[in-house]
Amino acid sequence: MASRPRTLYEKIWDSHVVETREDGTALLFIDRHLIHEVTSPQAFEALRTSGRIVRRPDLTLAVPDHNLPTTPRLDANGRRIPIADTESAAQLAALEGNAPAFGIRYINASAAEQGIVHVVGPEQGFSLPGATIVCGDSHTAAHGGVGALAFGIGTSEVEHVLATQTLLLRKSLTMEVRVDGELGPGVTAKDLILHIVGVVGSAGGNGHVIEYRGAVFEAMSVEGRLTVCNMSIEAGARAGLIAADDTTFAYLKDRPYAPKGAEWDAAVAWWRSLATDPGARFDKSVRIDAADIGPTVTWGTSPEDTAPIGGSVPAPESFADPSKQEAARKSLEYMGLTPGQKLAEVEVQNVFIGSCTNSRIEDLRAAAAVIKGRHKAANVKWAIVVPGSGLVKRQAEAEGLDKVFTDAGLEWREPGCSACLGMNPDKVPPGERCASTSNRNFVGRQGPGARTHLVSPAMAAAAAVTGRLCDVRELIG
Amino acid sequence: MQPVSQIEGRAIPLGRKNVDTDVIIPARWLKTVTREGLGKGAFENLRAEPGNLFDDPRFARAPILIAGDNFGCGSSREHAAWAMLDLGITCVIAPSFSDIFSSNAFKNGILTVVLPQDQVDRLLEVAQSEPIHVDLEHQTVTTPFQDRFEFAIDPFRKHCLIEGLDEVGLTLERDTAITDYETRHARDMPWLAHPTGVPA
Repeated sequence: MASRPRTLYEKIWDSHVVETREDGTALLFIDRHLIHEVTSPQAFEALRTSGRIVRRPDLTLAVPDHNLPTTPRLDANGRRIPIADTESAAQLAALEGNAPAFGIRYINASAAEQGIVHVVGPEQGFSLPGATIVCGDSHTAAHGGVGALAFGIGTSEVEHVLATQTLLLRKSLTMEVRVDGELGPGVTAKDLILHIVGVVGSAGGNGHVIEYRGAVFEAMSVEGRLTVCNMSIEAGARAGLIAADDTTFAYLKDRPYAPKGAEWDAAVAWWRSLATDPGARFDKSVRIDAADIGPTVTWGTSPEDTAPIGGSVPAPESFADPSKQEAARKSLEYMGLTPGQKLAEVEVQNVFIGSCTNSRIEDLRAAAAVIKGRHKAANVKWAIVVPGSGLVKRQAEAEGLDKVFTDAGLEWREPGCSACLGMNPDKVPPGERCASTSNRNFVGRQGPGARTHLVSPAMAAAAAVTGRLCDVRELIG
Repeated sequence: MQPVSQIEGRAIPLGRKNVDTDVIIPARWLKTVTREGLGKGAFENLRAEPGNLFDDPRFARAPILIAGDNFGCGSSREHAAWAMLDLGITCVIAPSFSDIFSSNAFKNGILTVVLPQDQVDRLLEVAQSEPIHVDLEHQTVTTPFQDRFEFAIDPFRKHCLIEGLDEVGLTLERDTAITDYETRHARDMPWLAHPTGVPA
């Protein structure tokens, strides 16, 4: 077996198989389990009902993120400000109670380390290359950006991992997405992954784990890689990953939960050995030339509905598949767009910069670079910037980015999932449009009737200052 | 989990592709700490449409849903499966499913049946007026018009569904194997063993 060339995914898989059943299902060991308030209460309840314990609380980390309001959390005296929504408050209280009751480390809502689980994991060095990482959230795929095998799970699986530290799985198929060349000015990791989702399609990756390969990913920062892997699920792939390299090691070194000293050296040696072997076979392969990608936006209600900002709203008849034609008609009706309309003329009333896709320091720098010296357009009613964690917020404030945003009329908020899915009070009003750096443009995702256009942080910033979807390259000259 | 073997009854002929989990249950319904009662938020946006299939008396408590490609894409929320169960749906037939949804469905005793598009189209037609029979044991879908379609299913999933087995309980029986692996893993990759400093 050892002589057969293997992919990165196969190497991580092989090193985590506890045992393989006769029917081919494997019991896979899980190295890291992230927990948040929305998908865990029923799992803890099930443990309680059946008198089961958490097998490895030391491999589990709990962080509240989905429900938290992004307004200040402590009053002038440092006392916690109660959460008005009683259901949100109850869900958050359940996590706060369950974590200590089961011996799990909990990062509280006002700690500097709090943030969106998928920002916190890599930032704390909890997410490591070659590790198996799960969380009851489909965007767990993000952690593949540090070279981990990371994927979202349902609540029954959360319970299974809590009780056994394993999952029963079948090995996935593999897909290579190779992007060679170099991204142009104003074209970011987000534009790239939106383009990839458009090419692969929202179901194209079903049953597969994607490995992103090629010069573009090698030259990319870890933040960019996290953005790319994050949206693998939008192409149907439960996980996406990028081989760890010197860029990854420099990012992780000295982070709180990262290995230290001799263990670090041993870890790096193993991490280097995980790269896909020359000659390893992928079940599916997609090749894209970076030169073909410009700033990209979505026009519909599926993340596969992408177009370059210089393009127009497509006519439903332009799709070959009749069911796609019907879906496009419904999307355009919901989005209030007409075929042929120039995307760069579409006005937006809201801007959201945040989410596990785009709320890291690099994202905020990119947005601030566009906004600096400009002001929010008059027709933009609501524009918020939500850092991915308290540490990102602190770093941004040290660099003066918060001032850039607030001087321009944008709001600077506390960390959390926020308007990506509107479980907290941050929602887009019905019928209004939002240029959003999040990951899903589904019907009603940002609030009932809300119309979402997915964009990069730089493009969201351009929309904030021009009041429309706008090619950021016009502003950065 | 309730054992599943034969499912017979009316089937909601939804047909549409890419039914995402935000469509099955919007995020505002996720603020619950229980699994029950989510049916009231199920397919909320579709049910807001006049004449929708979910509120059509012909399909009241229909145990089967027929959909297009990529059913259950998007979020990992198991609330989608709980909401459907609460409506009485215990089987979904579609040409393809998202990986996470089909896993969540299975763990709640909902059978996901993958059939080619032309067979799904035929069932969508039949479902307008007639019931459909899904036989998990023999892995067939049949109609009163003598249609008979065979489907494939993972043997382990089939076994668990028919017996109504608790997967956590099954895995806990493998405790020795897990402990052996943990020991080996901690020796080979000690940096993965104790990240948070909380005692194991």
